[in-house]
This record gives sequence, C-alpha cells and structure tokens, in this order.
Amino acid sequence: MSSVTASLAPADLPQDATGSSRIDHLVMLNLVEPGSRVLDVGCGDGSLLALLRDRRGVDGRGIELSRQGVNACLAHGLPVIQGDADTDLAAYPDDAFDYVILSQTIQATRQPKVVLEHLLRIGRHAIVSFPNFGHWRVRSELLLRGRMPVTDTLPDPWYETPNIHHCTIRDFVGLCRLVGARIERASALDASGHPMRFALPWWVWNLVGTQGVFLLRRQ
Amino acid sequence: MATPLLKSGPEPASQADEPTSPVARFEVDAPLAMDAGVDLAPWQIAYQTAGTLNAERSNAVLVCHALTGDQHFANTHPVTGKDGWWERLIGPGKPVDTDRYFVICANVVGSCMGTTGPASINPATGRAYGLDFPLVTIRDMVRGQAMLLDRLGIKDLFLCIGGSMGGMQVLQWAASYPERVFAAMPIATGARHSAQNIAFHEVGRQAILADPNWHGGRYLDVGTRPAKGLGVARMGAHITYLSEPALHRKFGRRLQDRDAPTFSFDADFQIESYLRHQGITFVERFDANAYLYLTRAMDYFDLAADHGGVLANAFRDTRTRFCIMSFTSDWLFPTADSRAIVHALNAAAAPVAFVEVESDKGHDAFLLDEPAMISAAKGFIAAAARERGL
Repeated sequence: MSSVTASLAPADLPQDATGSSRIDHLVMLNLVEPGSRVLDVGCGDGSLLALLRDRRGVDGRGIELSRQGVNACLAHGLPVIQGDADTDLAAYPDDAFDYVILSQTIQATRQPKVVLEHLLRIGRHAIVSFPNFGHWRVRSELLLRGRMPVTDTLPDPWYETPNIHHCTIRDFVGLCRLVGARIERASALDASGHPMRFALPWWVWNLVGTQGVFLLRRQ
Repeated sequence: MATPLLKSGPEPASQADEPTSPVARFEVDAPLAMDAGVDLAPWQIAYQTAGTLNAERSNAVLVCHALTGDQHFANTHPVTGKDGWWERLIGPGKPVDTDRYFVICANVVGSCMGTTGPASINPATGRAYGLDFPLVTIRDMVRGQAMLLDRLGIKDLFLCIGGSMGGMQVLQWAASYPERVFAAMPIATGARHSAQNIAFHEVGRQAILADPNWHGGRYLDVGTRPAKGLGVARMGAHITYLSEPALHRKFGRRLQDRDAPTFSFDADFQIESYLRHQGITFVERFDANAYLYLTRAMDYFDLAADHGGVLANAFRDTRTRFCIMSFTSDWLFPTADSRAIVHALNAAAAPVAFVEVESDKGHDAFLLDEPAMISAAKGFIAAAARERGL
C-alpha cells in the first residue's frame, strides 16, 4: 500500500460563518486553489458550488440529474446543466477545468471506471469522495447480521438504493492505479464528517473511515 | 365546434404595411444587408414594447418570436383579439418582469405583421413583393433587430429570449453580437433544422404552391388567397407542435357533435374538427408567402455550418450566460438538439445552464402554462439581473 496518509488536519478547515455548510464540503473547499475553474458533477442544490464561488472566487459549473436541483442552482446564479455523469462527461473537452469534483456519486454511476477516466481527462485535478464500504459498521452488518448494510451514509435498503457500485477505500486506490491516477492528497472522514486527525495506514482508514476523499491528477 | 371545410375567407386586415404598433422606418441610406446578397431598402420593422428603459439603458430585453408569432407578445392581438402570446412569461411580476425590464419584441423580416416581407408593397412596382422578395435567413432577422435597437438607442441587451424559431434568433444573436447579449435563453430550439423538420416544412409549402389561388405568388394582385393550401400547411404543422399523449388527452377518438361516424369525409372526429379550425383561423391572420419565406429561413439555419462545421466556434470567447431549455415530449426540437447546443457551449467554456422540463404538451409547451419552465426562467433571469446590478 502507498504511504499517502491523512493530510487534512481539522485546523485546516475554514470557519463556517453560517454553520450550515457540510463538513465534507469544507474539506473539498480546502483542496481547491482560489480563482480556479471547477466542474461539480452531481452538484445537487449547488451548495458546494456556491461555497466555492463565494469563498474561493471559483468559476464553477455543475451537472445535476434532478430538475429540482437544477432549479435551485439557477436561482443562485450557478450555471448548471441537467444531465448525469455517465452520459454527459464525454462531451466535455480535455483540460476544460482545473478541478472536476465528484462528491458522493461515483458509487451511483453505471461505469465508475469510465467516469473516473473522464474526470482525469476533463480536469487537471479530480476530487472524488465516496462512502467507504470497508467501514467496520458495514463489515459487521454483513459479517454478523448477514444482511446488506444500512448505515447513516448508506441509508437505503438494497432494493432501492441508487448506489450500484460500492467500493472500499482500498478498492478505490486500486482503481486509481488501474487508470493511472496519481493520488496527490487523500483522507478519510470519520462518522462526524471530519478528516481523521492523524496519519494512519490505509488499512486503518479502510476500517474506520466512513468516507474517502481523494485529490487526484493524471500521471 | 362544427367547422366547414377550408375555403377562401375574407381578406385579412392588412397589417403588412400599416401595422397596429410602432414602426421603425429605414430609408435608402440605411438598407438591410441580406444574406441573399440584396440590400433591402427602404424597409421597416414593427415592434411593441412593455416596461421602461432605465437611465443606464441596461435593462433591455429582446423577445424573439416564433414562425407564426409577431410583436404582440404582451398586448391584445389587433387581428385575433387574443391575449399577448407570451403573457405567461412576460408581464408585471412575471419572470420577464415588465416592472423591472424594458421588453421589446419586433416582427421578423419576411413576416407579415408590419415588418417588410413578401406581403409588403414593393416601392419599385407599387405591388406586393410576392416572390420578388429576397430569401430571408435567421441572420437577416437578427440584423434587422440590431438595427432597431440602434435606432432605439439600446447598446446591449440584458436578456435575449425566444422559443423555437425565436430560439434560433437568440442563438444567432449570441453568435453575431456576443458583446451585446448579457444573458440568453434559447428555448425549445436547435442550432440547425433537422431533416425531419425540413420535410414537414416542405409538405406545408407544397400545399400552398398546389393551391390554384396562389397564382405563382401573385395572389394579392388578383384579389385571391391560397387559403386552402395555407390552411393545410398549418394543419400539418400544428400536429408537429403537439404530442401523441397531448392529442390523446385532449381528443382521444371522441366524435364531434355526433354519436356515430357518418360514413363520410366530414369531420367526424374532434381532432379533425380541431385541426380544421386551426387551419381556418390561421389563414385569417397570416400571409401564405410569408409562411413560405419563414419556413425556408428555419430550414436554412445551421449555425455550425456558418462556423466551419464546429458549433462551439460560434460561441468562442463568449461572455454571455446561457440558459437552455427543452421539453421531454417535444419531438420537433427534441432534447438532443438542446444538448448539442449545451455541449458546444461547454466546449467554448461558456457559462451555460440547461433544464429539461417534464411535459406532455409537445413543442408548444414553451407557450403554455408550464410551472417548471416558469420557475426555472424566474430563477435564471433574477440571478442574471443581480449579476448585472439591476
């Protein structure tokens, strides 16, 4: 396993004036250079994009599947298109953005590998976060109860979950190797969404991290 | 409604030269340079406005009308007596808020509601132009609108908005005068007319040309009108503006004022009666030659072809913010057409939003009460207004 370890101490987190921002959004905010061009794939109501624009002066764009989400973005003046990662990324030119963000979405795509390759092609950097299927709660649901896990980060039962391609942090590191992505920074978030305080080996993150957050770039 | 078969009706109230709206007249020193290679002069453009231009002249909105639309977007129509055609979207407190913006809509070049077109008097002959009028393009329409804005002292637009053929004009505006368009909303449109759309237009034109009352386009000289041909053209086109689910919901197989089929070619079905009515009412307000010219203008529209075959090149270095909108049941300008525009704008790194509105009302949805369209437009326009400091 690589020796990349947690690089985001909680002290790095910006103070959130409104107290309304999601902690994982604040983690991502910290990974983005001010004034850069960002595409947020699966941007929801645009709260991360708005945060990036207001705090980092980012020129942000978004892709969102739900019309409600798109409408919310429009009302905030965010240029967001209705579409999805599987079908719309192919149309973007190479190196169109400094960062392409895929937050909590890769596990819901039909072709995660193809999507990741597009992220690395479209952006100079890719930022990917996902729920860690290797978390001990998930493992224990399977091991002890013999059932598909239902947790805070994965709340849907198996028959109606949009998450069709679960992976563990270790799996994702493997995919990064496969597609030739260099891991620039990585961290695991704990149950409260905070980055883990200490540099820990991968296997520990894979056991206790509820989410993985990766900053990647093309090799 | 029991409607008779189409027949030659009374002359329409002539709006072609003396419309019921303001007109900007351009003399021989200010010709309209047309793509057909003709400098049209003298010429005129009829328009309507709503709202007030602010002191900074920064709140102007140009509304671009569709194929058979006109400048009467927010006032009672002088011929039909109907409400303005886009009052659902434009008016006090509406997304295009006439309390805040100065809204302009001009009849397009080649039409018949007061802007110079084939039904206008050709000063060289003293008769209607007829087919002597040069072929019109979408770009010609936009050039004409730009000259009107110059005349009105409006340097740039806060917003340029339109649906269908109006959306084509919006795209052309963004391509021809990017520095004059702050925000653009092309709705239910495409960057080119598809083969299927050209095919439908050709059927409509052939219906007009086949009407003996068309007289080689000189019908106004002999006091006839190709009402049957134009009516059939409208009937065919009207089907393309709807959708199968909408037709089924509105009419189904229900019979018109009868309990059983008559075993004749009378309008037994409600849908037949409805289409005949559409044809008849259209003939009362529209000129057949103008229909030929405007359908041709749409057919010729291919924005990518004008830019080396790459649509993104039409929007290179644009600073305009775009909001593209399509409707799920629109098969005339399907969502794929809008997506092609979105992809081109993405490739040009333009700020673009895109909404696909769920609707079973077909292409005409952009003119109808679609709350999802209204709310998306409201959000986009309000945010753009904030960015412009309005």
